[in-house]
Amino acid sequence: MSTALQLHDVSVQFNTHWALQHVNLHMQAGERVALVGANGCGKSTLLRVAHGLLKVSGGSVGMAPKLKQAMVFQRPHMLRTSVLRFVVWGLWLQGVSWQEAHTRAMHALERVGLQDMAERSARTLSGGQQQRLALARAWSLKPNFVLLDEPTSSLDPHAKREVERLLAEWVTASKVSLLFSSHNLGQVKRLATRVIYLEAGRVLADLSVDAFFNRPLGESHPEAHLFLKGELG
Amino acid sequence: MTTFTETALTALQLLTQLDPVLWSIVGRSMWVSVLATVMACSVGVVLGAWLGVARFVGRDALLTVLNTLLALPSVVVGLLVYLLLSRTGPLGHLGWLFSLKAMVLAQAVLVLPVVTALTRQCVEDAERSHGEQLQSLGARPWLRSVLLAWDERYALLTVLIAAFGRAVSEVGAVMVVGGNIEGFTRVMTTAIALETSKGDLPLALALGLVLMGVVLLLNVCISMVRRWRQRMDGAGAEPVQGVLA
Repeated sequence: MSTALQLHDVSVQFNTHWALQHVNLHMQAGERVALVGANGCGKSTLLRVAHGLLKVSGGSVGMAPKLKQAMVFQRPHMLRTSVLRFVVWGLWLQGVSWQEAHTRAMHALERVGLQDMAERSARTLSGGQQQRLALARAWSLKPNFVLLDEPTSSLDPHAKREVERLLAEWVTASKVSLLFSSHNLGQVKRLATRVIYLEAGRVLADLSVDAFFNRPLGESHPEAHLFLKGELG
Repeated sequence: MTTFTETALTALQLLTQLDPVLWSIVGRSMWVSVLATVMACSVGVVLGAWLGVARFVGRDALLTVLNTLLALPSVVVGLLVYLLLSRTGPLGHLGWLFSLKAMVLAQAVLVLPVVTALTRQCVEDAERSHGEQLQSLGARPWLRSVLLAWDERYALLTVLIAAFGRAVSEVGAVMVVGGNIEGFTRVMTTAIALETSKGDLPLALALGLVLMGVVLLLNVCISMVRRWRQRMDGAGAEPVQGVLA
């Protein structure tokens, strides 16, 4: 398998605070990696570095050539436009012609079940519909590497299930590489093949899903063990 | 009390009887302020949007200068424009001094920092809130500033209305560069100042009432824009603050 993303000794500093410290991450194409940890541990920073939104203070970031990324944010901002145009704009910014963008956008809306709302103002959608719209826009870009920053954390249980179902369909059907952060360990189990545990900007565990959830971590990864214990009760 | 009542009644008569002198002053005032606002907004919105997104060495110093210009006294603007347009000034050859063009220029210069600073703040807040989502789609700073300004168009409409309010109620600069010439460069504010000093209080009061009416109308417009924006955005819209208190 080819390398999709390579972070070597990456550190990120905000004023005097180190958001990431000497992080190493090697992702193969098609891998699905979950970032877990408490709030402020560096998950979002790591995603932004991987997506090229943040410059690193130290280390290097390497991406596979021709890698096309798309990111879905925790609270996608709805532009003051229609549902259809929201997707069209995203495609247009990526250099897709206006006409082709319309066709692809409609297809993407059908995929997430929002085709009947195409002419509605994007801002009038519910939280779950907005997240589905953000997924449609990301999906319409035809990426081979998807980054998700806590994609369902602000949604109600029903919307959460719906968005997760769409995500699962997408990543399994198209074999895209997936790097996502989540506080929902059930979701991590269902979507990821590998789990990275972060604490204070450092990677303290990098394990397969099976090893993370089913093997004793008390001695090898005590911090991750405590985190799991706390999260699972 | 009698004087006040008589003055008020005469002022109302001037308004209701469509006094040609009064309404020509009002029309001139509006024309000058609309042109000045359009000119200032054409430059200020673009500059402000760019400043809201662009990061470069010296940006903080530029913003400090811009914010200082917000408090620029209008007579100082008048003086600077006067020096520019005077016969020996760099733009003296245009022959604009004591004309409506000079007044438009002075008001535009006065309003430009207001439009630029308010637009910059508006776009910068939007950039901080969700600029990275546009960046994630490949939008570079210049394109981002355009998209964010467009996305904040209702808030910028409020800026435009506020700018017009500042322009129409300005007196110092237009007095200096326009000369307050009767039937030519006399506008509402300069006429109020002159007629009050002459003791022609009814005309001054009538003009004052029109000016107050214009400001009131602008605030009504801001309120309507706010409601319209909330309706367009659905329940999730943040309220737009009224600018003209």
